[in-house]
Amino acid sequence: MLTILAYAVSILFLLGFGWKIFLYARSPAPLKIPTTPAPVTRAGVIWRLFTEVALFNSLFKGDKWAWAGAMAFHGALVLVAVRHLRYFVDPLPASFHMLQIFGIVAGLVMVAGLGLLFLRRLVIDRVRYISSPADYLILLMLLGLGFSGLLMSFFLRPDIVGIKQALLGMWGSVQGLPAASSPGDVVFLAHLFLALLLFTIFPFSKLMHLGGIFFSPTRNQIDNPREERHVNPWAS
Amino acid sequence: MADVNYEIPEIQDEIETPRLKEGASAHLGPYPAQEKHMAPLGFPAARVEDWQSKGVEKLGELLKKYRSLQVYLDICVKCGACADKCHYYLGTRDPHNMPVQRAELMRGVYRRYFTPAGKLLPGVVRAHDFDEETLKKWVTYFHQCSQCRRCSVFCPYGIDTAEISMAAREIMDSIGVGHKYTTEIVGKVHTIGNNLGIPQPALKGTLEFLEEDMLDTSGHEIRLPLDQPGAEVLLVAPSADFFSEPHIQSLMGYAKVFHQAGISFTISSYASEAANFGMFIGSFDQKRKIAARIAKQARELGVKRLVVGECGHAWRVAYSFWNTLAGPWDFLDPNYPVPQHICEFTYDLYKKGALVFDRDANDDKVVTFHDSCNVARATRMGDRPGGQMMIPRELIRATCNRFVEMDPDTIGEKTFCCGGGGGLLTDELMELRVKGAMPRVTALKRVMEDKEVNFLGLICAICKAQFSKILPIYGIPMETVGGVHQLVSNAIQLGAKRGIV
Repeated sequence: MLTILAYAVSILFLLGFGWKIFLYARSPAPLKIPTTPAPVTRAGVIWRLFTEVALFNSLFKGDKWAWAGAMAFHGALVLVAVRHLRYFVDPLPASFHMLQIFGIVAGLVMVAGLGLLFLRRLVIDRVRYISSPADYLILLMLLGLGFSGLLMSFFLRPDIVGIKQALLGMWGSVQGLPAASSPGDVVFLAHLFLALLLFTIFPFSKLMHLGGIFFSPTRNQIDNPREERHVNPWAS
Repeated sequence: MADVNYEIPEIQDEIETPRLKEGASAHLGPYPAQEKHMAPLGFPAARVEDWQSKGVEKLGELLKKYRSLQVYLDICVKCGACADKCHYYLGTRDPHNMPVQRAELMRGVYRRYFTPAGKLLPGVVRAHDFDEETLKKWVTYFHQCSQCRRCSVFCPYGIDTAEISMAAREIMDSIGVGHKYTTEIVGKVHTIGNNLGIPQPALKGTLEFLEEDMLDTSGHEIRLPLDQPGAEVLLVAPSADFFSEPHIQSLMGYAKVFHQAGISFTISSYASEAANFGMFIGSFDQKRKIAARIAKQARELGVKRLVVGECGHAWRVAYSFWNTLAGPWDFLDPNYPVPQHICEFTYDLYKKGALVFDRDANDDKVVTFHDSCNVARATRMGDRPGGQMMIPRELIRATCNRFVEMDPDTIGEKTFCCGGGGGLLTDELMELRVKGAMPRVTALKRVMEDKEVNFLGLICAICKAQFSKILPIYGIPMETVGGVHQLVSNAIQLGAKRGIV
């Protein structure tokens, strides 16, 4: 069961994500449309994209609260994801023990960031107006992931050794779902299903902003239309 | 105060973000285009029978043609950072004027027909059919976007609502639902050569009249040549520069610069328009046809350089698109950028010492500068990023003693649209234009009261026309409005020193 789910979700995710990236890469950019002032060199564009992806530069200009919530959430998510490698790597390198404390704190920060983003949707009339059920559901899903994770870290410890064995073995041999013999195990199953859900909807939702931003012409184009002739592939 | 039947926004000390008011500007739609406007551009004369399926089909086609559209319809997370950035939202309070919500009008359709989520769970992801009600909203709200791109500055993914509203207008044109003002103007360029529909004899008469006028007032024989083969420069100005106030003052400024620098130039009657409304209706083909007129004239007249007059979206098309639309420009002088903005041209000459300015000539003025949206956010001047902000200011400082900036959140890349851009400079949308000007007027009033500003320097024909009409409604005299080359025209010392070439 675990093996089938793991494969099904992985294939769906990889195909879906790959298909979207293929779509973005395939569709042509007929004209030069960088939002200026824009870099005039390739290196400048790479730096611009880096500041957008790592620091949310434009969002910082636009909305400080959204920036704070998004920064807390995404930054912490990276740490949490790195820390999760411990469940998929055996034997565990010694350096992973150093990550432990960062990972746990990051879990708290992540949930706090999500909470802030959720509150914004409820409190600010403009953001409430634009929010669809899907926008709330995605936040709830991520909050559910965060809370169930924290619950396991602090209170209800599941059978980590058994779980890790199942996860390590799930790609190579048919594994069943880990047994739900304690409340911690039940929380783990919820955590696992939410994670699978996340990867399942990823390519079909706004979560594709992860891949899409690199293809945004207003951010990834060099401002050099006079210096270099840009050709429209469908009208040359 | 003008006689109006709507509420003129009260100008506060600061630009305040208002609370939403559903449907506040739902009644502000454009006049529909008729057969005589649509047919010459190759658009259906009236709404086609199967407009729903044709419209969806067109959306599918554009998704394959424009990466911007495909990516921007997909990846918005609805963070709301753009929601309070649009001048039309700030001025009207209508939720559909929040950029994200405007784009949702198209995203809902995109999800419904092109994504699994929208097909399976339309209610959850807010997908909707391309139906009568949706089309009505498209007509209304995609003509309440001036394509100024202010929202794209603040979007974490750079989502550009201008791209979406251009696509929406292209889709509507393709099913026979057009906007009279913009389609009519594009037609005039094809038949007559300019937006205003000024025929060659009238243009010739005007230019001669202006030459006499300049001779009378300055004592110098300053030329405004028309259709002159062999000139060094083809000057492509917005046609409003030939007929409207205060535009015409800038035109005389350009002429004095050429005169003083000793560089020959000509205006073309065939290509007597820098503006390119093909951009406003989102049509690549129309953009290209209009740009092709300029390339044709440049070849036929044998000029070596192209210089573009004071016009915002025209400079975007010229700077960013001409090379793609009508290039390559290998027949022109490679020592100069193609094209050059008149501000770059003048500033370059000033730096070289070819021009002498007397700042005292503008001492009756305290000047502030309004960055035009298209110039600020979609182009460059000079060779460094931000030159489009720096060069016009340097020109003002070179020609005036007193220059003051407005609120930093309303200038540079964060500048507000004048309220009349994007093909909305038309009488039936006057209420929208008045309300959309609120943010700019707020910042302007502030410096008028605090710093005694009495002149709003502009480099855009639409800005000039819009503010000339709108500022008096807010109790600001029309004479406050003028071009940067109007200041140049006042300050330039004719005969002080012969120019260098």
